[in-house]
Amino acid sequence: MLYAQILLNGLVLGGLYACISVGFSLVWGVLNVINVLHGSFVVLGSYIAYFAYAHFGIHPFFSIIIAGALLFALGYVVQLGLINRVVGAPVLTTLVLTFGLDLLLNNGMLLAFSADYRSVQLADPLGSAVVGGLVFPLDRLVAMLLAGVLTGLLYLLLVRSKIGRAIVAVRMDREAAALMGVDVKKIYAITFGIGALMAGAAGSLLSLVFPISPLAGSEYLSIAFIVCILGGLGSISGAIVGGIVLGLIQSFGALFIGPQHGLTIAFVLLIILLIFKPTGIMGRRGYE
Amino acid sequence: MSILELKGLTQRFGGLIAVNDVDLSVEAGEIVGLIGPNGAGKTTVVNLITGVFRPSSGTVTFKGRRLDGLKPYQISRMGVARTYQVVQPFPEMSVLENVMAPAIFAAGAPSKAEAMRAADEAIDFLGLKDLRDTLASELTLAERKRLELAKSLAMKPEVLLLDEVNAGLNPAEIEIALEMIRAIAARGVTIILIEHLMKVVMSLCSRIVVLHHGAKIAEGKPDEITKNEKVIQAYLGNRYAKANAAEKPNV
Amino acid sequence: MKRPVIALIAFAIIACLPLLGDNYLLRLGTMFAMYAVLAQSWNIIGGYAGYPSFATAAFFGLGAYTGAILQGLGWPMPLAWVAAGLLAAVFAGAMGSAILHLKGHYFAIASLVLAEVLLEVTTSWTSLTGGGMGLNLPIIRMSIAAQARLFFWSMLGLAVLTFLMSWYVSAGRIGFALRCIRQNEDASSMVGINTTRYKVVAFVMSSLFVGAAGALYASWVFYIEPPDVYSVMTTIRPIVMTMLGGAGTLLGPVIGSAIFLVIEEVVWRNFLSVHAAVLGILIVGLIFYLPNGIVGAVARRFRKRGAEKGET
Repeated sequence: MLYAQILLNGLVLGGLYACISVGFSLVWGVLNVINVLHGSFVVLGSYIAYFAYAHFGIHPFFSIIIAGALLFALGYVVQLGLINRVVGAPVLTTLVLTFGLDLLLNNGMLLAFSADYRSVQLADPLGSAVVGGLVFPLDRLVAMLLAGVLTGLLYLLLVRSKIGRAIVAVRMDREAAALMGVDVKKIYAITFGIGALMAGAAGSLLSLVFPISPLAGSEYLSIAFIVCILGGLGSISGAIVGGIVLGLIQSFGALFIGPQHGLTIAFVLLIILLIFKPTGIMGRRGYE
Repeated sequence: MSILELKGLTQRFGGLIAVNDVDLSVEAGEIVGLIGPNGAGKTTVVNLITGVFRPSSGTVTFKGRRLDGLKPYQISRMGVARTYQVVQPFPEMSVLENVMAPAIFAAGAPSKAEAMRAADEAIDFLGLKDLRDTLASELTLAERKRLELAKSLAMKPEVLLLDEVNAGLNPAEIEIALEMIRAIAARGVTIILIEHLMKVVMSLCSRIVVLHHGAKIAEGKPDEITKNEKVIQAYLGNRYAKANAAEKPNV
Repeated sequence: MKRPVIALIAFAIIACLPLLGDNYLLRLGTMFAMYAVLAQSWNIIGGYAGYPSFATAAFFGLGAYTGAILQGLGWPMPLAWVAAGLLAAVFAGAMGSAILHLKGHYFAIASLVLAEVLLEVTTSWTSLTGGGMGLNLPIIRMSIAAQARLFFWSMLGLAVLTFLMSWYVSAGRIGFALRCIRQNEDASSMVGINTTRYKVVAFVMSSLFVGAAGALYASWVFYIEPPDVYSVMTTIRPIVMTMLGGAGTLLGPVIGSAIFLVIEEVVWRNFLSVHAAVLGILIVGLIFYLPNGIVGAVARRFRKRGAEKGET
């Protein structure tokens, strides 16, 4: 029973992790840019949800839309104005640039919101339900389901819409896509915007689950890193698999080794995987 | 004894067999042509000989020593050099530095001065003297191909694998390149020429090997090859069909 | 006169800093020397070889803890520093052999994770490292002023050693091989360069003096804790300094660390609450307006002028 409960917790956590990482993975796969800002984007999404609830009483489940829209705009502008100018540069350039931008954004959030941890205190939380001896934390569960819906929508966007197909085309072969009349720079900006949108949406969902602080940004970034390497880069299914694997590692690791070591185990696993199988569990070839 | 010998050379990529049981024996001083339609596995053979890939099975023997399993840098030090189909210069270095690199690392020049002398010799030989201090990134394609030849010459090779050195050159440039290849051969370097321009191989090579779908389908003197049924079918036939299609784009 | 000689004279002049008798300046001088060690070391793997290493904090933290633990066991200070450097180098050799076949982002992440794992191990291994409580170092029987001078000269000596190593690299075979690897790794192995060996050598070189500097830093500040010595900023600072001065050049990292230190000091004193943002702006400005660093920009200007002269 204990194991079943831990399995359940791990799956719920994993679903949320997948949602954090899927936008990161998309940007990495399509632009070959590691977006160090991603963690702060998630935190910003959480703050938007927090203030939307505190001032306007909007439930975080609905502020996904607000956070998503605002973050999309931010991401689009950042990519179009700044990152597009160095997109073909060596890996170090884009890494250091997004790191610098992250310092800016994170410092801005610290000034605006302080480092204090906050959390959304719902007036009427859903609480939890006990089914067959298993405790289902309902708010978390709904958050995870919404995360799943969002990820599904992203998948549909990529597969069905014209823009989505352009994104996939750019990912496969940038030059060929450009020859077929795709405006690559614009697609980059849209992709980056979508990555930020997913981060913001994940952030508003997470505002119900984790404490909110600018300091949490680096942890979200670590999660995104790990999930992408575990699951293999650039595919939505990879992010889901990686997220769930990480969620399970963390919840079972907490049981067997201690709660403070969850991320450590993941890091050790990550480096082993990088050394022996850099393509991830799913075995897809990365971009380098 | 042959200088380079391939026996049962096979390379699989997943389910695909890129090179299938190829035997080849090259005598010292020969110019051998390796031809075949696109995707026949020519470049893969070069990569197997030079250690980029480790063969799935079969052996590569150079002067009695096994090459398969060695790393590219070890093979280049033993005296087997190559040029790339897509030229691979060090873009931020001058022509001189580009040619010094193989003189130092592959040919093992004892000092910088010695490496520079060897590099200058190769640069002069290929007529790149005026461009000695130009950055490789500023060269034209034809010049970069010549730089590629100079680099491989500075390795002091005994066997030189030339992978499509003429691709992308205009007829006048090809004439110059052919002269250079002849001159290199006249220095006693054994040459394996990977080509799909028939004219080039016919005029240069004493012997031609034809690959198709990774397997050797014919081997012989140029005039024998042009008469070989299998070759015409697999290679020339295919190319003629393509040429015909290209001439009538509207059909 | 040759540029490296000028640099050595500059180091000699800086070594006279204690004559001014200003403790604040002496502290800055020690910081400069430490930054110069870190930046020049990173330049070997990141600048010459072009591998985006984020492992500096791993080497630094490992060195700091090795030095602190050995000093706690009663080892003499200089011996502890040497041992720390050597252990960092052995660690770099072992890890480098495992991760240097990775390219681009994958190498960057793997090298970054090294510090994360060491951080976690150090925090958890309480019996040896004191865990999250940190570790105090033995007290040195020496006047404060004498200590300040000792650490300044030691750190500066380390910076000079690192400079000599960089000089050896840039002027010799290793530097040539590394530059080839940065520009085209496949072609490098085809011209006879044992790329694996040179990459591992470069990684080890980028760790040796960083490990020693970590141990020296620990002795200098008396107290270390895991998040301090394994901080991401320990990794990022040398990269920014090197890019500021000019990556893949001999003098760039030294010049970059001096300028960086001045900027950092001014910002810390006047705009403490936005210091991270200022660093962020510095990075963005650097990438867009000074992509080749100061040395690179100057060299380009000279080359341009030379070319114009050549035409007229």
